[in-house]
Amino acid sequence: MFFDPTAVETARFIARQLANGALVTLQITFFAQLIVVSMSFVIALMRLSPWRVLRWIATVYVEILRGISALVLLFYLFFILPLFGISLSPMTTGVLGLGLTFSAYGSEIVRSALSNVSRGQRDALQALDFDSITAFRRIVLPQALPFMLPPMGNQLVELLKTTSLVSLITLSDLTFSGGQLITTLGQQTLIWSIVLVCYFVMAWPMSWLVKRYERRVTSWRRSVAAEGAAS
Amino acid sequence: MPDLAQSPALASPQISLKGVVKNFGAHRVIDHLDLSIPQGQKVALIGPSGSGKSTVLRLIKGLETYQQGSIEVAGASVPARSSSWRLPGTKKAPVVHRVGMVFQQFNLFPHLTVQENITEAPFRVLKLSREEALERAHQYLGLVGLSHKADAYPAQLSGGQQQRVAIARALAMRPQVMLFDEVTSALDPELVGEVLAVIRAIAHEQQMTMLLVTHEMKFAQDIADRVLFMEAGKIVADGTPEQILVNPDNERTRRFLNLVEKR
Repeated sequence: MFFDPTAVETARFIARQLANGALVTLQITFFAQLIVVSMSFVIALMRLSPWRVLRWIATVYVEILRGISALVLLFYLFFILPLFGISLSPMTTGVLGLGLTFSAYGSEIVRSALSNVSRGQRDALQALDFDSITAFRRIVLPQALPFMLPPMGNQLVELLKTTSLVSLITLSDLTFSGGQLITTLGQQTLIWSIVLVCYFVMAWPMSWLVKRYERRVTSWRRSVAAEGAAS
Repeated sequence: MPDLAQSPALASPQISLKGVVKNFGAHRVIDHLDLSIPQGQKVALIGPSGSGKSTVLRLIKGLETYQQGSIEVAGASVPARSSSWRLPGTKKAPVVHRVGMVFQQFNLFPHLTVQENITEAPFRVLKLSREEALERAHQYLGLVGLSHKADAYPAQLSGGQQQRVAIARALAMRPQVMLFDEVTSALDPELVGEVLAVIRAIAHEQQMTMLLVTHEMKFAQDIADRVLFMEAGKIVADGTPEQILVNPDNERTRRFLNLVEKR
């Protein structure tokens, strides 16, 4: 017999635990990212709007969420809100806490990308009597996306790694599962090494997907560059 | 010589500014300006930089707010505080697109092809069918002599070609008034001619009111029915090209023209 049956059993146990953990990590990342993207756009558009009240609310949102620790926000949502009668599940808490924190940064990325679209483009849109939504969807956003995608991709990977904080509010994510395995099995070096690789293996396809999407939305630039090189 | 005060067709002028004041902060760029332009007239606006020429065009198109006075274009008032924010299908959406504008920096949409640049607004704003919008694109690309560039991106064109596309894009909306804001100032000298030729052709072919800010005095003399000389936010001379450009009786106009010619 090549393998000691207990070793195989242990390996299976480790794999199962870490797979479950990784799944929780991916779930939190996915749902938090939904909040990040939608809130980033909402807040960025509020900050760029002509109405002072909206701009003010958005600024306060960004400054507060950027200024507080994500971990303390999670603790607050998880331990303090129940004192006021609002109990959220650990999953909801994790998604909400991380989503809100990251949306503060995300909104700044979106805002600067949108501001990058020149005054001249806005003049042209107004001169052709475009309404604001069509103008945004067809002209402003396609030009702003190439500016926001690389930092947004970085942020997504950062979010994935930061989900390890939820292990501190009783969610069994990848980091939590790793910790538990070490309590039961020892093998610190082995387990943390596997966890390390797991994070990388999850992060890498994300960067890759964002890069691919970025290539798609900037295809018009490359056709121009190719022409320039040819002539 | 045409009588400048009398509109050929309509009793009321197509463009009318009354006592318009525009400030940028503490700086007054337009100072109690009165201007009345009948339909079909071609007007050249000249004057030193910073005199408010471009601002007049931007005011007529509703791209700028103003503090006093009133502006009317084709019978519709241009509000003093026009917001750039507008929802689809709201009241302010134009039933008829009245005013087209061409800018110094072309402002083509870089991510769309030449053809898409032209069809986008007729299709999305005027709600024409795709076929109708395409037909217009072909028509006006033909007019500016760029039919063979329909599938190119703006960055693949020379500045002169880009500006001709911008003119076609504005014309495809079939405006009653066309505003040209220093449309050759950003071009290399050898490319100026092709753009001026296109504008000349439009001026002859169409019964369209045109207002041009330009530094090309020869060109202004050729195509304009009327020349306005602006300084410090005011119109200081108003007459035929002959009166203003050839035999200026106004000392400031004369000095300005001397400067321009020396360049």
